[in-house]
Amino acid sequence: MNDPETTHLVEVQINGERYERAVQARELLVHFIRDTLALKGTHIGCDTGNCGACTVLVDGQPMKSCMMLAVQADGLSLETVESLSPAGEELSDLQKAFNDQHAVQCGWCTPGMLMQAKALLERDPDPDVETIRRTLKGNICRCTGYVNIVRAVQQAAGQDVSAGIQQEARA
Amino acid sequence: MSVQDAAAPTKAASTIGTPVRRVEDKRLLQGQGTFSDDVWMKRMGYVHFVRSPHAHARIGDIDVARAEAMEGVYATLTGAEVEAMTEPFMQIAPEPGSRMEDYALAVGKVRFVGEPVVAVLAETRALARDAAEAVEVEYELLEAVVDSLATLSPTAPVLHETIGKNIGYQDTYAWGDIDWALEHADHVVSIDKLHFHRFSSTPLECNAAVVNWDRGTDVIEVRSNNQMPQFAAMFISPAIGMPTSKLHFVSQDIGGAFGLKITSYPTIAACMLLSRKAGRPVKWTEYRSEAVTASAHGNERTFTDIKVPVMADGTILGFDVKAYDDAGAFMRYEPLGGVIWSQVAPGCYRLKHLRVEYTQVLTNKCPCGPNRGYSRLQHLWMIERIVDIVAHELGFDPVELRKKNYPQADEYPYETPNGCFYDSGDLPRMLDLGLELADYDGWRTRQAELKESGGGKRIGIGIGSTLDSGTNNFGQARLVNEHLPFSGNGEAAHVKLDLYGEIAVNLGSSPQGQGHETTAAQTVGEILGVAPTDIHVKAGYDTASHAYVGFSGTYASQFAVTGLGAAIGAAEKLRDEIRLVAATALGATPDEIELADGVAGVRGDEERAIPFIGIANLVYTNVAALPPEVADAVSLNCRYVYRPPFEIPDIETKTGELTLTYAAQIHVAVVEIDEETGHTEILKYVAIDECGRRINPQIVEGQVHGAAAHGIGAALHESFVYDEESGQLLSGNFYDYHAATAVDVPLLLTGEIECPSPRSPNGAKGMGEGGGAPLSTLCAAFQDALGAGGAVVTDTHNPSERVWRLLRERSDAPRPVEVVSR
Repeated sequence: MNDPETTHLVEVQINGERYERAVQARELLVHFIRDTLALKGTHIGCDTGNCGACTVLVDGQPMKSCMMLAVQADGLSLETVESLSPAGEELSDLQKAFNDQHAVQCGWCTPGMLMQAKALLERDPDPDVETIRRTLKGNICRCTGYVNIVRAVQQAAGQDVSAGIQQEARA
Repeated sequence: MSVQDAAAPTKAASTIGTPVRRVEDKRLLQGQGTFSDDVWMKRMGYVHFVRSPHAHARIGDIDVARAEAMEGVYATLTGAEVEAMTEPFMQIAPEPGSRMEDYALAVGKVRFVGEPVVAVLAETRALARDAAEAVEVEYELLEAVVDSLATLSPTAPVLHETIGKNIGYQDTYAWGDIDWALEHADHVVSIDKLHFHRFSSTPLECNAAVVNWDRGTDVIEVRSNNQMPQFAAMFISPAIGMPTSKLHFVSQDIGGAFGLKITSYPTIAACMLLSRKAGRPVKWTEYRSEAVTASAHGNERTFTDIKVPVMADGTILGFDVKAYDDAGAFMRYEPLGGVIWSQVAPGCYRLKHLRVEYTQVLTNKCPCGPNRGYSRLQHLWMIERIVDIVAHELGFDPVELRKKNYPQADEYPYETPNGCFYDSGDLPRMLDLGLELADYDGWRTRQAELKESGGGKRIGIGIGSTLDSGTNNFGQARLVNEHLPFSGNGEAAHVKLDLYGEIAVNLGSSPQGQGHETTAAQTVGEILGVAPTDIHVKAGYDTASHAYVGFSGTYASQFAVTGLGAAIGAAEKLRDEIRLVAATALGATPDEIELADGVAGVRGDEERAIPFIGIANLVYTNVAALPPEVADAVSLNCRYVYRPPFEIPDIETKTGELTLTYAAQIHVAVVEIDEETGHTEILKYVAIDECGRRINPQIVEGQVHGAAAHGIGAALHESFVYDEESGQLLSGNFYDYHAATAVDVPLLLTGEIECPSPRSPNGAKGMGEGGGAPLSTLCAAFQDALGAGGAVVTDTHNPSERVWRLLRERSDAPRPVEVVSR
């Protein structure tokens, strides 16, 4: 299985830690992250690049790690969901916003959503609702209907969550 | 005893009804959840399934030699081996459907595209896939049938020779006197055909399991995301000849299920056989294309020959209909859907005379699983179409017609013609609230203006009223098969005081994102007088350590009633034990003891108190200090089974209490249609929910959002379409299926009323499935945009193309609706 013609040595930085491993040429980055490095936070929800559960940051840019080969990550710097609040630390503001707004149900899309939202807020600290929805278009959630995820990103951006999104009525 | 009564002697502030933040979230937000694919074991192999490329074919020779010769391939498993090693899975259906032979792998024939034929186990995921490619299977092609009605033709190819026809179940359900009603009504509205399409809620985590047969103990551990493990065990045990006590199911986090992860048991059984054969742990992680093609779909249903008697004042008397439910190639959970729709037989209306000739057909398509809203949403949609079509054809206002036919608030508990009780509710008030939130009058004005000015856009306003019946009486299974020894329901919970006085809870449910750890902590905390954050509800489910009953699991909108009912009972038992021990230690009587903030004290005497750690000490490590009669009476380990007060339904009349609670949904949608393209924009979407007492309103609202999104996605985008000739699925991955995205789901407005259930232990009603309200609502909105006398909306699935066609239907085209008035 370790045929030198199909095996390559890659060196990647993930969440500030350096990893050097031999990988199969055809190995997807997401399988490298999950199966080889046992960073289980990054998930897989489809095999066509639609769902975004595997979204990680590659040199700061959100990428679907099922759409990249592990060898393509050679020399690059990655951030996964595990970087958002390292062991023992409290939730980041973005994570806390997801908790406050009930933007998590089953948790399968959550890591990808968080990484996509983090990248959005870094390039646009005050996005409007339409920008948030369009940005999350490549991240499928089957539980929340997206409403609370949009609210969470708004909260993380310091916006008034009730404005323009949701009024609750009580009879 | 209600929560309120139980909580009376405690001081801690109640959290019931407040949006306590979910305790599950931290691990999920930090990437520290443990899902099935997050389990790695030493010596583990990966399984890949060779799947049928054909919809219907006889299996010839299978050659696994090349695959087995590959270095790193551990084992293969074929249908012939499965047939030799196992019995077919038991069937719920009566004769002749019971003669269906369903195995863990295809035996003799393949009956749908994607059906697993051979399993290959190898050292890596990629190698297993390569080796599966090297397996050679010969097929002799047979004609396939995918149409739900064509499959009934005498010339249609037969899927299961042991049954001899493509019918899995058939029966007539009739209550009242529909013939009399049709004869005496002022109008009879006939509808040729309504079609509820095939889709699925496609949980984002595909099916997965790590299965390990332990040679030393002969126990099979299954770390899977199956959502109803006891049901799976009951099917697997007799098939593979293993006692249920040796089938050890474990799950922690599950990435959504929506009912579709109930019927993963055949593939789990294949993994068990493979693990036993190879002597290794087996990891199965389904690919999305496999999940979409071959795991489980929601049921398609076609309604024909619908006749609706209506009085001049708008009173709808009932309906007569033939329903053809398409189960696909195997029955699995079916034909339970053949009776489950009758939990909501008259829908949201006071219909008295009903007749449904129900036929479950078999076709060369993926088998179905009980998808969110299971079997009721098809039936409820049909009734909503009836009400809407009646309004349009006879000139009634759709709002007034609904209000007239809804049970009124003072009629609850409302008994349906088939003996179910709608426990509480107020649909007219919900509708008023929905119309107000949607600004109904404002949109009616805007709609008229737009009609005046033209401009290529049309507005349609639709209403959908649905029910989410929760907590099944499994006695209804006897209505489809009188020999099934099923009845009632139940759920178990275990609450204990641990060694240092900590409170630990485990549940019989296997949650998939519904926040059970949080609501159980709220519920138990209320009774034991501690904050929810001080209660450890064990994540997930484990047959080795958790309390369970045969119907345990998370499905069918019941946790708030059954799961929390069990948690209440177990917490009350523990409370009583703590009181007894405290009273003994403090020289008081148990009824003088109150629990607050982790301390049991004598009411009104702050000096006399003992913390929970002291209680635990006395029972666990200092027991000689207790009088023997007290020591013998307590364990601090309290198991309770909640049992809803059901009786066995009457098989002859098909009547009885089939479900305990009825949550209700009223949705209002405003759509804008581009006349040139048929493209639909949802301008406003309002969801009003009523689910009794809400334990955690934020979690409830999340369920409302999710159910609405599934319905909206299905109504406008998502559909499983099969090629009529080849039987190939044309939407076999997420590109083609188009699961709804953040731009497809509008920003939903929610509202609610609370009508506490008199039937449940805490006033709550099960909820979460949502009744498929958006399908009804959006069809009504399209009908509204088309106007009276125009095209009739007869399908649940209305993507741009179908809307475009509806807009262009010629006025002289034959109409699917006819009205006869006398």
